[in-house]
Amino acid sequence: MTAFARNQWYVAAYGREVGRDLLGRTILNEPVAFYRSEETGTVVALADRCVHRRFPLTAGRLDGDRVVCGYHGFTYDTTGTCVYVPGQKRIPRTARVNSYPVVEQDSFVWVWIGDPALADPGAVPRAKHLADPGWTTVGGMEPIDAGYGLLVDNLMDLSHETYLHGGYIGTPEVAETPTTTEVDEGAGIVRVSRHMDDAECPPFYARSTGIEGRITRWQDIEYHAPCLYLLHSRIAPVGVLPGPDGDDSHAFHVEITYAITPSTDGHVYDFWCVSRDFAQDDEEVTTFLHDFNRTVVMQDVDALNLLQKALDTEPEGYQELSINIDTGGLAARRILARLAAEGAGPSVPVPAPAR
Amino acid sequence: MSGPPTTEVYRIDWVPGTDTLHGLCHCGAERSGQDPVEMWEWMLAHPVGHGAEPR
Ligand code: FES
Ligand SMILES: [Fe+2]
Ligand SMILES: [Zn+2]
Repeated sequence: MTAFARNQWYVAAYGREVGRDLLGRTILNEPVAFYRSEETGTVVALADRCVHRRFPLTAGRLDGDRVVCGYHGFTYDTTGTCVYVPGQKRIPRTARVNSYPVVEQDSFVWVWIGDPALADPGAVPRAKHLADPGWTTVGGMEPIDAGYGLLVDNLMDLSHETYLHGGYIGTPEVAETPTTTEVDEGAGIVRVSRHMDDAECPPFYARSTGIEGRITRWQDIEYHAPCLYLLHSRIAPVGVLPGPDGDDSHAFHVEITYAITPSTDGHVYDFWCVSRDFAQDDEEVTTFLHDFNRTVVMQDVDALNLLQKALDTEPEGYQELSINIDTGGLAARRILARLAAEGAGPSVPVPAPAR
Repeated sequence: MSGPPTTEVYRIDWVPGTDTLHGLCHCGAERSGQDPVEMWEWMLAHPVGHGAEPR
C-alpha cells in the first residue's frame, strides 16, 4: 500500500461535474461534498458528514448556497459553519463541518485535504491544453478498486501497451525501445521518454490521423507527483522531424492527461483526457478517440482490479522483480514515499508506512 | 507538489541496443549497471559514493 501525501493538491472532479446538485467524492479517505455557489459560481467543498449524527450531507439538499442535512435539518453555509438547527435558537459553538481549499483550473476542480494553512493555489500544476481552444479534448473518469500506487506504476511504464493494449495503442516497438528517465528532485517531477524512430502505427493513431504507413512515435511522460500525469505524444510519418526552428506543424500531437487521485487505501479515481491539435472539429474523430480510449482505459481498470485482488491474497513483504522498464516507476514510487513522509508532520495524522 | 524546474536532476539512460543503464548525477558522477533498483540507490545517495564528497 502506498502511503498518501496529504499536503498536496488533488483533482476531485471535472468542473462540469460540479453544479447545483451535491456531488460526493472520497479523497484520501475523507468523504467530501462538492457544489457550486449560486452567488459566486465558485466550487465549495465541505466534509460530507453532518456534525449532528454523521449523516452524509450529499443525501441532503441545497437551499441557495446553504446545505440542509437530509436527516434533521442542520444547515451549513459555504464555510461549513452551522447556521441553523431545528427547534432551538442556540447553535452549539462546535457546530461546523470542515471546509476544504479548492482551485478550479484547466477544467479540473482541485482540492486540498491536508493542513489548509499550507495550501498554495499558485502551486497547482498546470494542464493548460485542457482549457485551450486550440486543442479538442475528450475525457472521463473511472474508479479503480486498487491502491493508487498501482495506477502510478501502470502509467510510468508504457511497455505494457504492447501486451495489455496490443491492437489498440500497443505495437511491438513500445516494449522494445529503451527509455530515458529523469528525476527533478526539487520540482517533484519524473520524466520518462521513449522515442521510436520507425514503428508500426496502432489503430488509435491510424484511424484518428489517417496516417497509413509506419510512424515516428515519441512518448514523453511528465509526472508531477502525486496527482498530475502528462503524456506528450508526437506522431508523424517516419522521418518527419521538427524543423531546425522548432516548427513541428507536420506532426500530429496528442496530449494524454491523467489525474491520479487516491480515494481510499484500496481505491483510486482515474481521470483521463485525450487532447489533439488536429481535426479539431471532426465529430467522428472526437467520438472515435473517446470510445477507443475508454476501451483502453478499461483494459487498465480490469487489469488493476485483478492485480489488487491478487496482491491482497499475498503474504506481507512479497517479492517483486524490477528490470530496465521499471526505471521510471521506481523513481515515482520514491518521490511519492518522500512526499508522504513530508506530509506526516505533527499537525497531520501519520500515514501507514509503505510496505 | 511539483514546482518549477530545479538543477537537482538525476538521469538514467537505458543505452540503446544494450541491457545497460547509464546513470548521471547532477554532480557529474556517472555509473553503469543493469539493475534499476541498485542504480537509484546509488544515485539518490548523492553525494555519498559520488567521488566528490569530502573525506
Ligand atoms: S444527522 Fe444531520 S441533522 Fe441530524
Ligand atoms: Fe495502459
Ligand atoms: Zn552526485
